[in-house]
Amino acid sequence: MSSPLHARGLAALAAGLAKREFSSVELTRHLLGRLEAAQPQLNAMISITGEAALAAAARADGAIAGGKAGPLTGLPIVHKDIFCTEGVRTSCGSRMLDNFVSPYDATVVAKLKAAGTVMLGKTNMDEFAMGSSNETSWYGPVKNPWNTAMVPGGSSGGSAAAVAARLAPAATATDTGGSIRQPAALSGVTGLKPTYGRVSRYGMIAFASSLDQAGVIAASAEDCALLLGAMAGFDPRDSTSVDAPVPDYVAGLAAPTKGLRVGIVKEFFDQGLDAQNEQQLRATFEVFRKLGATLVDVSLPNVGLSVPTYYVVAPAECSSNLARFDGVRFGHRCENPQDLLDLYRRSRGEGFGAEVKRRIMTGTYVLSAGYYDAYYLKAQQVRQLISADFARVFERVDVLAGPTSPTPAFALGAKTADPVTMYLNDIYTIGANLAGVPALSVPCGFVNDLPVGLQLIGPHFSEAKLLAAAHAFQRETDWHTRTPGAWQ
Amino acid sequence: MNWETVIGLEIHAQLATKSKIFSGSATAYGAAPNAQANLVDLGYPGVLPVLNGEAVRMAVSFGLAVNAQVAPRSVFARKNYFYPDLPKGYQISQYELPVVGRGSLEIVLEDGTRKRIGITRAHLEEDAGKSLHEGVAGASAIDLNRAGTPLIEIVSEPDMRSAKEAVAYMKKVHTLVRYLGICDGNMQEGSFRCDANVSVRPKGSDKFGTRAEIKNLNSFRFVEKAINFEVARQIDLLESGGKVVQETRLYDPDKGETRSMRSKEEANDYRYFPDPDLLPLEIDGAFLDAVRATLPELPDAKAARFAHEYGLSEYDAGVLTASRELAAYYEEVVRRLGGEPKLAANWVSGDLAAFLNRDNLEIDASRVGPAQLAGLVGRIADQTISGKIAKDVFEAMWVSGRDADAIIAEKGLRQITDTGAIERAIDEVMARNPGQLAEYRAGKDKLFGFFVGQTMKATQGKANPAQLNELLRKKLTGP
Repeated sequence: MSSPLHARGLAALAAGLAKREFSSVELTRHLLGRLEAAQPQLNAMISITGEAALAAAARADGAIAGGKAGPLTGLPIVHKDIFCTEGVRTSCGSRMLDNFVSPYDATVVAKLKAAGTVMLGKTNMDEFAMGSSNETSWYGPVKNPWNTAMVPGGSSGGSAAAVAARLAPAATATDTGGSIRQPAALSGVTGLKPTYGRVSRYGMIAFASSLDQAGVIAASAEDCALLLGAMAGFDPRDSTSVDAPVPDYVAGLAAPTKGLRVGIVKEFFDQGLDAQNEQQLRATFEVFRKLGATLVDVSLPNVGLSVPTYYVVAPAECSSNLARFDGVRFGHRCENPQDLLDLYRRSRGEGFGAEVKRRIMTGTYVLSAGYYDAYYLKAQQVRQLISADFARVFERVDVLAGPTSPTPAFALGAKTADPVTMYLNDIYTIGANLAGVPALSVPCGFVNDLPVGLQLIGPHFSEAKLLAAAHAFQRETDWHTRTPGAWQ
Repeated sequence: MNWETVIGLEIHAQLATKSKIFSGSATAYGAAPNAQANLVDLGYPGVLPVLNGEAVRMAVSFGLAVNAQVAPRSVFARKNYFYPDLPKGYQISQYELPVVGRGSLEIVLEDGTRKRIGITRAHLEEDAGKSLHEGVAGASAIDLNRAGTPLIEIVSEPDMRSAKEAVAYMKKVHTLVRYLGICDGNMQEGSFRCDANVSVRPKGSDKFGTRAEIKNLNSFRFVEKAINFEVARQIDLLESGGKVVQETRLYDPDKGETRSMRSKEEANDYRYFPDPDLLPLEIDGAFLDAVRATLPELPDAKAARFAHEYGLSEYDAGVLTASRELAAYYEEVVRRLGGEPKLAANWVSGDLAAFLNRDNLEIDASRVGPAQLAGLVGRIADQTISGKIAKDVFEAMWVSGRDADAIIAEKGLRQITDTGAIERAIDEVMARNPGQLAEYRAGKDKLFGFFVGQTMKATQGKANPAQLNELLRKKLTGP
């Protein structure tokens, strides 16, 4: 009766490895085969590191045989190509870093390596994580496994698609304005963006430092809990990581949903939301009610300003963060520069794609003398208001529930011509980044045969509560177990 | 027209931490290019800065030493500009909220008057690397050893009115940072350097003139020369009907002139904004108290104590406290002598200083240690040798490294205090020079000096000068 290895989640695979039902090498070889096979159709990966993966799997099998295995030993995962991986190309989806082999591991990568996980490869992503459709990648768009004419969402489109197509049981990802939750929703998987500071940013190539946060994408909340536990924690190399104990997220999954106060955000149900999507969500809320939760109507009056606020703050930080890509020490360097200015202009002009350039330009503009107060400073003030809205509402409710994305996956190319339409995809997700609070997306149904997601948002450091609520929901429903026909 | 000069200085002092301000790389000077640049210093993708607590402690100690307000909360900002020796494309500095706020210190002018110079602020920042434009054909080379070295930039009020005042202020800050042990003060290696903002205005005017900023002055002499040149240039310009333009200028020490580097219009827009990778720097009272407890006796306090405790003039006290090491040397001499503070002061700031200067040595490298100098001064005090002979003994000590007593004994330099011996010498001199004796007795008083010299010569300079004077006067006058 045993299901194929790729159909099992992390927790089930861990149990199988422990019982010696299969080896990590067998599991790794199986998934590598699927990754390679899927690549022409999905383009989920930028690098597949088969040889190193098999070596790591063999080491993991040794550890298991020697009784030295931890809960994650031998479990294959994929990393978003934004995380630096020693000795492996770390492109960040950009031509700029196509030739960049990182000399070091990001803290997230090092921790998961130390926990015994096996890296299968690096996932495709929007260039420098700037995008909501994975179409800005230098390596070409990722296709949605549910319908390859559709986008998988972005920027962690490769991570979401790889998990959705069961090419890997779990993936790391990052979320600056929705880059974990939106592709998780559009690809029908579970994605968690932790509290800002919960997971180290060291070695994660910066897009917007005050918003970037590493998290996980997996098939279930349970698997997210398992992986997050190994990633989270204070890192002395990241001053913005928070020195607070990491709870046992897996043990926390058992927390009861009875009495949970779920806030339904009024502003998330206005004209932008797809009608069928709304219907699915309303049905979802009933599941929570059945589980003993109380539904409370709440308001985040300033959350409507999230998108314009974000598109000042994030580009401002990105314009500075991306200044280091100058062709001098690493990354793309133009041929035969005539002088310093020519080196800068052509290296950056050739190395960056259009969306990255647009955001660098926007960010440079909003930080310029004479505009700083009107844009950057104002945006920071609005950010405070939005954070205050969240703080206020969390005095009344435990979590907020609403849509992750206004619509299901859209067609490749449908929104590339108009950046603002694209930006509006993140209208429900950006608030959590601005406030630094954790949020996750779980599959909650289908619209036009495409998955849609439920977003749960909690106060700072409430990951355990969010995961427990999502886990309870996933025990009542089977949306998260559904896999696209071609990838079963 | 009479013109008044207005000067403000921005001093960059490199903090003497072992590691860089935001990374664990060493800060030692003179390593092979890029040997002290790690991934953080190189601005690699994904790396993050972590603030060096020791750099904070040092900046705070400076703030306390100039009686400044130390900010309970200060913020690191990014100063954005492209340059190959600036790996991240931005410098981490403090902009709107610096760690050290308003303070002041006092300088002493040549005529002895004191003047208070306001300090606007002092902030922490990282240094850039170095671009080397020689040695690599068709390219520039980059050395990032210095990138990320901690600096404090100390910004003064425009309170100085002459190049001399500016130099006195800069020297005062130099003394202070070395006392605090927060900067080695080495100007040749660039550890202590300044930018000077210079303008002129009609005397009596309360409006500032347009200023020029002279960049990167790394010696006291250059500061003085560059400012004087710049003042003359601006006055010439204004008196010939021209206008000073706000610009950045460079001083060329070979030509002794400043020249334009870039005008205000060409100036960068640095697009400062708070660095999201670093939390605001928060300093509480307990931290301030802890730093305050470690502060050494500061130069002004030490000079006041020297003047009071050792009965020194304000000037001498100032000279002897110019560095902590010199002051310690002096106090050690006095301690060993058990007194004679004035005599000791004369020797430390006189002969010893002259020899150190001649051989270009720091006090710590003196060839005559404090115990040895105390040995010599003690022999003057107990009249074993005269001050004049002592100068010869000191030179012999400097050359040989031997003690004063050994040299005095070996060369037979012990002073003659035996009245009989001195009288015999006087008698011989008088007998040999009857003509001069007659002239003296006839009223030519000036010849007294001649007889002193001759008698000293006869005793090989060893006669006790006071005794000799007294006996000679008696004998010359006649029975």
